[in-house]
Amino acid sequence: MATRALVHLPAAIRRGEPFEVRALIAHPMETGHRVDTQGQRLPRDIIRRFEARLDGELVFAADLHPSIAANPYIVFPLVVQAAGTLALSWSGDRGFAHGESVALQPS
Amino acid sequence: MRARLGVALVLVLVLAGAAAQAGPRRSGFDDMSPATQAMQRDDAANPAWLWLKDGEQRFAADCARCHGVERMRGVAARHPAFDARRGRPLTLGERIGICQAENVKGAPLAPESDARLALESYVAHQSRGLPIAPPADARLAPFRERGARLFAQRFGQLDLSCAACHDRRPGQRLAGSVIPQGHPTGYPVYRLEWQGVGSLQRRLRGCLTGIRAEPFDFDSAEITAIELHLMQRAAGMKIETPGVRP
Repeated sequence: MATRALVHLPAAIRRGEPFEVRALIAHPMETGHRVDTQGQRLPRDIIRRFEARLDGELVFAADLHPSIAANPYIVFPLVVQAAGTLALSWSGDRGFAHGESVALQPS
Repeated sequence: MRARLGVALVLVLVLAGAAAQAGPRRSGFDDMSPATQAMQRDDAANPAWLWLKDGEQRFAADCARCHGVERMRGVAARHPAFDARRGRPLTLGERIGICQAENVKGAPLAPESDARLALESYVAHQSRGLPIAPPADARLAPFRERGARLFAQRFGQLDLSCAACHDRRPGQRLAGSVIPQGHPTGYPVYRLEWQGVGSLQRRLRGCLTGIRAEPFDFDSAEITAIELHLMQRAAGMKIETPGVRP
């Protein structure tokens, strides 16, 4: 299945007031410690890094590790002073890469 | 005298019914931890929405040219429904899979495939908040009756029936987990244990494996019959799809 990610922002954003960015992505987060029904070790397949950039400037980042549950849900606060574009990116094992971008229009 | 006997008989039946399910009916939602409840309530945090959004796209691509999404409201509340051409009831998932095979893709969608779960989630979500309304179709009666019998029948090495836990011991604990009354209100659900979305059939098969019985096949007559009985048993309860369960 194609990678799916959902990004939620409050309906209205105000200049200089913190708000929450909530991002959910579909990913198995296979730990690398499990074995399949044949006893073969399942190779690790996780998201390693999450980054949020506001017009290119890094505003939030997280390193992810094994034992984080599938379909990671990441919430972080953000304050903006002007309109801009928030680019979210996830990257990980097996060349996994996914990006979403949302336009921010503070009032 | 005869009338009195009749009244007594009715009373006994009513009491037996009440004993089988003491207290008000509770959705599995009511027995979850506050954290899991919050996850279901908040559409931004509920991971089942990943499937639901996928289903929305698939519906627009494959189904929307025949079915208007607004007409999908209430569909999940009345399934499984009788299919006259096949002469048997179909669950919503099987119905969607067959429709895809006949009108869209050529091959039926496999049970528990992402495509079928996504479409079933999206269609069932259209009925969120509606009461479960099993059709009063006389042709369903023998299948529903079979479902009720299967529900009460003991299976497997542990020799347990569905009713032994979900009718007689709900609220008690099984290996640390609260036994729910077993109402299918939120399916397909995102189950934390599965780390993914699964159908009611998968849940039933999991329960059968748990009592060390051989599970019925997906889309089998038995599993559809049990689903019919469960929907009848939960008639009037509100659909929650997409649900989250521990």
